[in-house]
Amino acid sequence: MVMKTSEESRPTESAAGAATPWPADIKMRAAGLDFYYGGKQALHTIGLAVPTGRITALIGPSGCGKTTFLRILNRMYETVPHARPEGEVLLDGEDIFSLDVVNLRRRVGMVFQKPNPFPKSIFDNIAYGLRINGMASRRTLAELVEKSLRRAALWDEVKDQLHKSAYAISGGQQQRLCIARALAVEPEVLLLDEPCSALDPIATAKIEELLFNLKDLCTMLIVTHNMQQAARGADYTGFFLMGRLIEFNKTAMIFKTPARKETEDYITGRFG
Amino acid sequence: MSLRSRWRKIMNVVMLSLTGLCALFTVSVLFFILGYLAWYGGKSLNWAFFTKLPVPVGETGGGMANAIVGSGKLLLLASLVGVPFGLLGGVYLSEFGGQTFSFFVRYTTDLLNGVPSIVMGIFAYTVVVLPMKHFSTLAGGMALGVMMVPIAVRTTEESLRAVPLVLREGAFALGASKWRTVATVVMPAAMRGIVTGVMLALARVAGEAAPLLFTAFGNAFWSSGWDQPIASLPVMIYTYAISAYDDWHRQAWAAGLVLLALVLVANVGGRFIVSRGIALRRG
Repeated sequence: MVMKTSEESRPTESAAGAATPWPADIKMRAAGLDFYYGGKQALHTIGLAVPTGRITALIGPSGCGKTTFLRILNRMYETVPHARPEGEVLLDGEDIFSLDVVNLRRRVGMVFQKPNPFPKSIFDNIAYGLRINGMASRRTLAELVEKSLRRAALWDEVKDQLHKSAYAISGGQQQRLCIARALAVEPEVLLLDEPCSALDPIATAKIEELLFNLKDLCTMLIVTHNMQQAARGADYTGFFLMGRLIEFNKTAMIFKTPARKETEDYITGRFG
Repeated sequence: MSLRSRWRKIMNVVMLSLTGLCALFTVSVLFFILGYLAWYGGKSLNWAFFTKLPVPVGETGGGMANAIVGSGKLLLLASLVGVPFGLLGGVYLSEFGGQTFSFFVRYTTDLLNGVPSIVMGIFAYTVVVLPMKHFSTLAGGMALGVMMVPIAVRTTEESLRAVPLVLREGAFALGASKWRTVATVVMPAAMRGIVTGVMLALARVAGEAAPLLFTAFGNAFWSSGWDQPIASLPVMIYTYAISAYDDWHRQAWAAGLVLLALVLVANVGGRFIVSRGIALRRG
């Protein structure tokens, strides 16, 4: 049961259709994707195409599978024992399950629900990804760290305390630090798992503005509980319910003229 | 006031006093030992104790310089065996181990921890002393080192497990491999616990006399090499305490005090270095 109500959805390419060039405006695509935690099925035949250079929001009530779906895209589910996907997920036409996982995660970055800076200095947090991926020489490191912090609109606030612990700054700043850390390795896709759920409204507004300005840099997929957040910032929105993708469309369409009754009920606050 | 609520109040007071008394008892035993040791040891402690060799029976004075250095050398050897095995074993259990094999390793480690120290001595005697045909520093260090392994393994494992999964995932998400993540994020985050564990293991074996009796043996003079017998504080305490001479008894008390002080200094020093490292990183 694959819902494809989006005008973005294309005729599915079969395995034989490998000759068909991968469309440039699609960054990632899941097709017929099931997911199991042990014997419990958490996702049912998800089909979704993530548009390149856009913000896509995933909304839905708690436990609907949106975070699970997100964690498949960079294979982060592998840290959970007995978790198992079935189906197809492609990144630029390549099967992510046959890619090297370290390589995949460098291309598909992730920002987590709670800020999770490393117990290191602010500078070393940003430098971490650059160092382990050999992306900076001793000479260019400081420059690249500054660039990443500027992108995350954090530079002016921390430039005088780069060598202080990352735990010394506020929660909102820590989350922007984590975004800067993810951006430093120049990912093609950035997955954000409810990045503002632990933050106050002012810090949330800052992050939303930041993400909006980052659209040109990478494709973004954001899981959110906050419908205003999706409505304000996202170009596309997908609605998950009980492990199924109910509807996927341009954000304006989802919020103004939802095609499905469940979507309408959820966004008008009748449940969830 | 009803009978019921009066009973409840009485029980409350009784239990509170009981737990308080037990806590007080524990603390007072410790302070009694410390006080006794400080009193008797302190009386017999002098500069010669740290600089002079033991003197033959009958002569007064002398010291245990060779035993202090000997204990230091034995603990150094023990750390060379115990720390790498303990650390990497702990990392394996916490980060890489599968279900069955980890269970097996953990169980074996706990058993090893329960092996009486004298048995460890026999083991080192059989494996090192017999083939070499004489007692040696090496054999003593090995016996102590093997005893350190289980404590170091389990404390390292526990400290690593306490590091939240989201920190690991943060590193994975940047394209860090498993080992890279463990070495550069998880271990630094757990450093305080790991160092405490190693110190605990070191303190545990520093006071062991039994495994040294027939491995490092003892030596009335400076040890002439790693493959030769060596004096150590615990064995000296044992020998001197069961002797019939008052002067030796006093020296045994002094040795006990020095041993305790060494363990304390190592412990506090280790913690200090770790917390300074963290403070530096915090700026």
